Amino acid sequence: MTEIALEPPARPAPPASVPQAEEMAPSLAAVTAVPRPPRPSALANALTFAWRAVLKFKHVPEQLFDLVMTPIMFTLLFTFVFGGALAGSPREYLQFFLPGILIQTVIFNAVYSGVGLCTDLQKGLFDRFRSLPVWSLAPFAGLIVGDVLRHLIAGAIILGIGLGLGFRPEGGIWGTLGAVLLLLAVGFGVGWVFLVLGLLVRTPTTVMTFGFTVLFPVVFASNIMVDPATMPAWLRTVVELNPVSHMTTALRGLFGGSATTGEVALALAAPAALTLGLAPVVLRLYRRA
Amino acid sequence: MPFDTSSALAIRARGLVKRFGTFTAVDGIDLDVPRGTIFAILGPNGAGKTTLLRMLATLLRPDGGEATVMGHDLLAEPDAVRGAISLTGQFASLDEDLTGRENLVMLARLWGFGRAAARERAAALLAAFDLAEAGHRQVKAYSGGMRRRLDIAASLVVTPGILFLDEPTTGLDPTARTGVWALIRGLAASGVTILLTTQYLEEADQLASRIAVIDHGRKIAEGTSRQLKAQTGSGALHITPLGPSDIAAGALGRLSGRLVHRSPEGGELSVPVRDAAEAQEILAALGREGVGLADFRMGQPTLEEVFFALTGGPRPETRP
Repeated sequence: MTEIALEPPARPAPPASVPQAEEMAPSLAAVTAVPRPPRPSALANALTFAWRAVLKFKHVPEQLFDLVMTPIMFTLLFTFVFGGALAGSPREYLQFFLPGILIQTVIFNAVYSGVGLCTDLQKGLFDRFRSLPVWSLAPFAGLIVGDVLRHLIAGAIILGIGLGLGFRPEGGIWGTLGAVLLLLAVGFGVGWVFLVLGLLVRTPTTVMTFGFTVLFPVVFASNIMVDPATMPAWLRTVVELNPVSHMTTALRGLFGGSATTGEVALALAAPAALTLGLAPVVLRLYRRA
Repeated sequence: MPFDTSSALAIRARGLVKRFGTFTAVDGIDLDVPRGTIFAILGPNGAGKTTLLRMLATLLRPDGGEATVMGHDLLAEPDAVRGAISLTGQFASLDEDLTGRENLVMLARLWGFGRAAARERAAALLAAFDLAEAGHRQVKAYSGGMRRRLDIAASLVVTPGILFLDEPTTGLDPTARTGVWALIRGLAASGVTILLTTQYLEEADQLASRIAVIDHGRKIAEGTSRQLKAQTGSGALHITPLGPSDIAAGALGRLSGRLVHRSPEGGELSVPVRDAAEAQEILAALGREGVGLADFRMGQPTLEEVFFALTGGPRPETRP
């Protein structure tokens, strides 16, 4: 293969830059003579994006620090500072609180996929993806895989700490497995809200700020931290209607081995509705973006 | 071949329109880009260059008009168009958290290369773009010139029929810019059609065989650099006097009967002339008057002057 002789610039460039420019001229004939591979399947595209999500964990491990530090602090503070007062002893409170903090962790985690999407859009990365002949949903498959990994890693760390502090899942291994699946479903469903935000909002920090501003009241006005029995009536109504409460109740039930089908179905209603309602919106916004 | 080669045109666009709300970013542009050439879209910031490019790259749906790109209809077969093009956006469209190598491997996998073939492809591209040593580093640690090179490399994972380059040298230092220019010329020589946008007259002049000048979403002129310059109707005679430039300027003004323009450094004087014959007469007359010359040349007007003549408005930015 021959090296392409590049013509010198018609007008002389500044002297210092000339030799450098010649060094940079690559043997382009070699790199442009490669035949095209056959077009890959949609699944292969999705797996490539999933691989990218995994690489992100390798290169930016500190993202996990952000994700788990808040829930760890919440767990420790609530258990030891308020636990005794709220439930008689820290240990008893932990048994009540840990499923709730797992729900909170997964919901807060979902904000990060919106932030990641917004960052990709802002950097023009999605312009490249969208100008490729790939399955148009494939980039989202990558985001979802990244989310699932985040939920699993953060959830495992919190659960591990809980077990160390004396949390006991009386539902056993199957109950715990069911709890993990419910957590993933919750994360998946809530994730769509932030994908929409990520596509609509221009800057990643705005996605983050806006996301947490909305999520804090939603998470606190639930039965995650305390039993709503002592709340004023109007607030109790809010808490009882809050889907986050249903999710937490079902998760407690699964960990405790007492969950009913009705509870789980109620917990899954919101994630299912969000997925059905928002996935088409995400697609539309993505194609239009 | 993944793209139709029957037409001699890489891009044929008619009456493309794009509106954002009440603002018309592209207002009926026709474009014929011959295959294998470098075609520049020249215009100031906000002229509609990027919008035009994004429409042709299937990223924006036109509100009016039609286009074929490498023989494929832009609206009816966007996926076929995507298979025939590559886009290097205005901002490096790379994953900054990943390494240069991983970025290229990812794109190679997306294009359908197998695991080993993708790694090989990435290595070949890194070597060709002088990034082999930086391949294992995260892109966020790259310099502007390295990013731009990686970005162009990323557009060549498979050889596109057309490479779209949106302001390929904006924000680069002169050395990196010269490097990118050499790259673009080399790519065109290997048969890739290149459509680039620029707000730098010098860049269009240096690289492109044809230039379309656009302003406020409309094409106001098109042609070769020479043709565009010819539209202003005249050239200029530039001289560098040996002696004091004031005396030479006086003589030049008197002999030509026109206003003398001094170069910013003051060393060069120029006057507009009708043709080469008139320039010769003036030079001979200067010689008779004893004005010694260190240098003289006959120049065409700069694209900058052309732009000013075409729009009558503010001209596009020039590089400092």
